[in-house]
This record gives sequence, structure tokens and C-alpha cells, in this order.
Amino acid sequence: MTTSAVRPTGERVAPPRPAWPDATGHFGVFGGRFVPEALIAALDELTEAYEAMRVDPAFLAEFAALQRDYTGRPSPITEVPRFAEHAGGARVLLKREDLNHTGSHKINNVLGQALLTKRIGKSRVIAETGAGQHGVATATAAALMGLSCTIYMGEEDTRRQALNVARMRLLGAEVIPVTTGSRTLKDAINEAFRDWVTNVEATNYVFGTVAGPHPFPAMVRDFQRVIGDEARAQVLERLGRLPDAVLACVGGGSNAIGIFTAFVPDDGVRLVGLEAGGDGVGTGRHAASITGGTPGVLHGARSYLLQDDNGQTVESHSISAGLDYPGVGPEHSYLHDIGRAEYRPVTDSEAMEAFALLCRTEGIIPAIETAHALAGAMMVGRELGARGDGGRGEDPPVLLVNLSGRGDKDVETASRWFGLGDREHVDPGAGLDEDQRPTEGAVTSGDAVPGQAAGEQA
Amino acid sequence: MSLLADRIATARGEGRAALIAYLPVGYPDVDTSIDAMVAAVGGGADAVEIGVPYSDPGIDGPVIQQAVDVAVRAGVGMRDVLRAVEAVAAAGAVPVVMSYWNPIERYGVERFAADLAAAGGAGAITPDLIPDEAAPWLSASDEHDLDRVFLVAPSSTDARLASTTAASRGFVYAASTMGVTGTRATVSDAAAKLVARTRAAAPDLAVCVGLGVSDAAQAAEVAGFADGVIVGTAYVRQLLDGHGRAGVRALSAQLAEGVRGSVPA
Ligand SMILES: Cc1ncc(COP(=O)(O)O)c(C=O)c1O
Repeated sequence: MTTSAVRPTGERVAPPRPAWPDATGHFGVFGGRFVPEALIAALDELTEAYEAMRVDPAFLAEFAALQRDYTGRPSPITEVPRFAEHAGGARVLLKREDLNHTGSHKINNVLGQALLTKRIGKSRVIAETGAGQHGVATATAAALMGLSCTIYMGEEDTRRQALNVARMRLLGAEVIPVTTGSRTLKDAINEAFRDWVTNVEATNYVFGTVAGPHPFPAMVRDFQRVIGDEARAQVLERLGRLPDAVLACVGGGSNAIGIFTAFVPDDGVRLVGLEAGGDGVGTGRHAASITGGTPGVLHGARSYLLQDDNGQTVESHSISAGLDYPGVGPEHSYLHDIGRAEYRPVTDSEAMEAFALLCRTEGIIPAIETAHALAGAMMVGRELGARGDGGRGEDPPVLLVNLSGRGDKDVETASRWFGLGDREHVDPGAGLDEDQRPTEGAVTSGDAVPGQAAGEQA
Repeated sequence: MSLLADRIATARGEGRAALIAYLPVGYPDVDTSIDAMVAAVGGGADAVEIGVPYSDPGIDGPVIQQAVDVAVRAGVGMRDVLRAVEAVAAAGAVPVVMSYWNPIERYGVERFAADLAAAGGAGAITPDLIPDEAAPWLSASDEHDLDRVFLVAPSSTDARLASTTAASRGFVYAASTMGVTGTRATVSDAAAKLVARTRAAAPDLAVCVGLGVSDAAQAAEVAGFADGVIVGTAYVRQLLDGHGRAGVRALSAQLAEGVRGSVPA
């Protein structure tokens, strides 16, 4: 690692756009378009309209205004010293995408694609969702722009993320629980593609991550790169240097690509993607596509994926609905193969430990997806601390973590994991400190009253 | 030489369209599915589109999904598919494999082509592989003299009709409607229009129509403008509803009259 790379002499004028993908959407051997011919015309139309839109000053002005006035950008960075005590002495900064309107990074992409939908004259949007954050963001943008909206969500996920189902319905979207296959994100994507091929004339598919056929991986990256563009400038301004490592959780990979892209040319900055390790990659019950998978074709692109010897997609497992996906965006596969980014698994327990830690040390409840990135920061920070070679001289190493979303939607899952909110005693899962005294005057879980009864008591 | 083109030409010589029956390997189990394919041939199918089970069948509707899901869970793979190819060839029809791309890529493109040719298969229909992404398959199919059937759709531009038909051999698969597999009450007008546009792009290539053709009347209608009629969901329905081999054979017999232009009462 060279000091010059970490302390750049002059600030770049405009952030460079990566040289990939090529004109047909290939990132090295990854990406491309593996879809039925019936969708090619729609993908060509989208590509062409997007290429025109992304350099159109009128679009850029409208998009910037929405990001500022509606989403609340730029999102701040927050240093978290009490959390960092558990990260081997590193300094930890969070990029606060949880503070965006709708509560995650997903809104960045959706506003761009919703404007594109209007530009190509379509009146209906469809989307897949896992954790429900992309569904909520799409339903939000549809309400804002007067588009009709249908969201496909695996039945299993509608249960895990019931709060977000209610939010989408409040926003006027139709939510269709998907009951095929593993009843999670993968199957929701299949159903959304089937809807699209049938209704393509008036419908645009607002894809939620940097996967899928060209142009989605490049387009969604372009809409999400604002995260890293902002964060790079913010860290430079605050610390006068670049971070040593940038960390993000990887489901399909959009928040990770979003924060990585600005740093890709900065050779001295490590890029670390944290995949969902579920019960552990060795158990086979996980969602770590790069760490535990092989290259193949799924959902319209070549990338790493979890598959068996017959080329069947293997069901993934993760406590986090948003990471519970057996594939990953092709650009991550490429960054992995060229050695520019590293990918590591984080187990459910490690993620939940980091989740609880951030809640209690910093007063921030993260999404469980995001907690995987926080666990990664604890891991990398400790490694650097133990080696003593992370920082610059006396300075400790600096870790920038993408706090991709807030945890409201996960309160129930976390309560169950930690044994809260249940009259029966449940053993707390890893990560919760059992000795902590309750806050004075707080309602303990056994006294909590549900819904209507709460109103009657008041 | 193309096994599929030859068989379609023979049918044309008899003044009719060819009948192509789709059935997936492994529903309800491998042996029964192969028996059903042979029964489809016995009833009059000229070719059998032998479905490779896949976990994420993007252009299939609920009926085919339901059957294929059983086969995927049972671990049915390319070895079983090759057995079906041999059985269909032995029964006297042309076997053509229909597979989403990942199972072929996973098996190995070159190995797939070699094994398919050795088993007597004509080639493969690849619904999620466009010629633009097909370089390894184009060369492997050339080397082993296999047919390769790509799809065209009502949304295809003239330029894509030209490039897709140029890459196809055996026939080109015209997806009659924008949508997924399943039975439909009527054949859409889009089908005839698409066939006409495809013929204009490639006068020497056979055009077969699939997606939504399910009974003899529809087969007769399609036979009026296309070289072949592809029926899938209606065959799978026979098995799902428990009519077994006899049901499949009877359906083939009706459809075989349909492709001759006559509709049984
Ligand atoms: C907060 C949050 N982070 C991360 C993800 C994972 O998606 P991606 O890898 O595309 O960022 C999700 C998906 O739902 C999410 O809601």
C-alpha cells in the first residue's frame, strides 16, 4: 500500500466512469444478456434511452433536485468510536444511507429508473423485492410520479418483512406473494420477468440491484455510485486522506458497487464485500455466491452463483432477506477475478452480534443486511490491529462502511433472535449482552401490550 | 444435413405441418416421462422437444413449472436427458433437446454437443440463449453437425429476425405471443404476422410456432401458415391430470389430424 495512493495530491475533477462493461454489457467474461428474444427489444430500448438520458442536462438537473429535496442527499458520514472499540483500534466511519427517505440506498436507483420509465412513455412499473426495501422504494417513486406499481415478493419474505409489505400497500402498490421455488428473492425475480415479457408494451421493469441482463448492472451502478462519490469527498474533507478499506454487504451488490465505484481507481484502498454466510459456508446453508459458488448463468447474466452439478440454482439461506439470493452482480464477479475487490462471508451469528453492538454503542439500529458489513469491519479492523500495519505511522487504520439501511423492518426478526418480546423465555442468540440492566422506567417485553389494547390502556 | 429440416420437409411433402411435442424429462419420474415421449411419437408426433429440467424456467408458465419442479428436486440431469434422446430416436421421431442455457454450460458445451450427437439427437432449442451470446454453442454445434434452434418473437426487429435466423439451423422457433408457455383460448394474430416476417428474412428456413397452441383446432389454424406446430403445456397437462401415456398418445393423435388441416369432432 503506497502512501501516495492514500493521500492523493490533487482532487479529481470529475469521477471517472469505469472502462467496463463493453458495449454489449460484458464485464470480462461476466454479464451479457441471457434472456428470451422477446425481451431484447425492451432491453435495447432501455439501453438506448438510458444512454441518452444519462448525459441529458435536463435529466441531470431533475435527478439532482430529487436526490436533494426528496431523498435528502447528501447523506452524512458518522464516525462511530464506541463501536470501533470492537474493531481492533481502527477508526470506523459510516456512510449513512439509512437516513435516506424510505430508509435505504435503494431509493437512489429507483428515482433514476422511474424517470427513465416516464421518458420511454410507460405507465406501469414492476419490481422484485427481498427485504422489501427495493419494493418500498419503487412503490414510493411510483406514487411520486403517478405510475402504477406491482411488486413481486417471495411468500417467505412477505412473512419475514411484514412491515414493508404494509408500507408498499399504503403507498398504493400491489404486492404479489410468490409461491414458486424457494419463495424468496430468486423466485420473485422469475415472476417479475414473466410479468415483463407478457406486459412489456406498457410496463417497465425497475430492477433492484446490479444483476440481471444488460443494461441493468451498469445502469444501477451509475445510479448508486453517488454513495461513493459523496463518501470519498467527505472522508477526504474530514480526514485529509482516503480510507484504508471500504466495506459493504453484498446481496445482488448494488450498495457495494455504489460505494466501491469511486474508489476503484484508488489502488491503495481495499474494497471488501461481505456476503451472507448463513450458518457458515461449510454447512452449505448460506448465500455467499462468490465465496461459495461457481460461474454460471442466472437471471439474464453470467456471474458467480450457487448451483449444483446439474446447473440447478441451489437455494440460499440467510437471516437477512435482502442478502438471501444465490446470485450476485456480474461486476462483482469481475472485480473478484481481477483481484480488485475481496469477498468474504459473514455468518448469521456474526452479523447479529454486530447488529446488537451498533444498536447499543451508537444508538443506530441497522438493517440486518447492513450488519454483515459491520461484522466485516470488526473482522478487518481486528486483523489490521493485530498485524499493526493498517494505519499510517501513528494513525490507526480507517474503515469506511456503507450503512446501507435502517433496521425498522428487522425489529421482529431481531427480537426473535435475541429472545426479546416473547412472554416465554427464549434463549438469546449470539451477540446480546444478557447482563445489561433494563433502562429505568422502560416497559419490559413481558408487559408490552399489542395494538388495540395499547390504545385502550392509554 | 439437418435431421429437423429433413423431417419438416417430409411433412411438407405430405402437404401438412410437422407436429413437435414438448415433454420434460423426469415428470413424474424419468422412466414414465420417457414412456410418455414414446407415446407422443406413437400418436403421431414427428419430433419430440425433450425438456431439460431447470430450477428457474423464465419463460414457462405454471403448468410446466409444476412438472419441472418435481424433476429438479429429484436431481434429474443430462444423463437422463440423453437416455430420453435415445428412446425418442429409437421410436422413430426426431429428438431435439430444449434447455435453458445454464444446465448446458454447467455440463460443458463441447461435451454436451458430443454426447447429444452420439445419442442421436438432432440439436437443441435454447430459449434464453440469443445468438449474440452463443459463440461456444455455434462452434460446438457446427463441429458435431447439430441443429440449433433460436427463438424469434413478435417484438423482434427485422434486423434481429435476420441475424437470428442466420444463426439458426433445423428451424427457427416463432414464439406466437409475448408471454410464457401455457394454454390460450385463441391463437393470436401476432403469430401469422411473425411467421410472415420471419419467412421474409429467411425464405429457406422452416418456421415452427409454439407458445399457447393446445388443441387440434389451433394446430390446424397454425398449420395453415407455419411449417411446424409445437405443443407443450397441453401434453404436460395430460400427465399432471393423471391421464398418463394413453392421454399423451390420444392428444398426439388429435393434434396429428390438426396439422393435416382437419379438426376431429
Ligand atoms: C438495507 C439493505 N442493504 C443491502 C441490501 C442488499 O442489496 P444490494 O446487495 O443490492 O445492495 C438490501 C436489499 O434488500 C437492503 O435492503
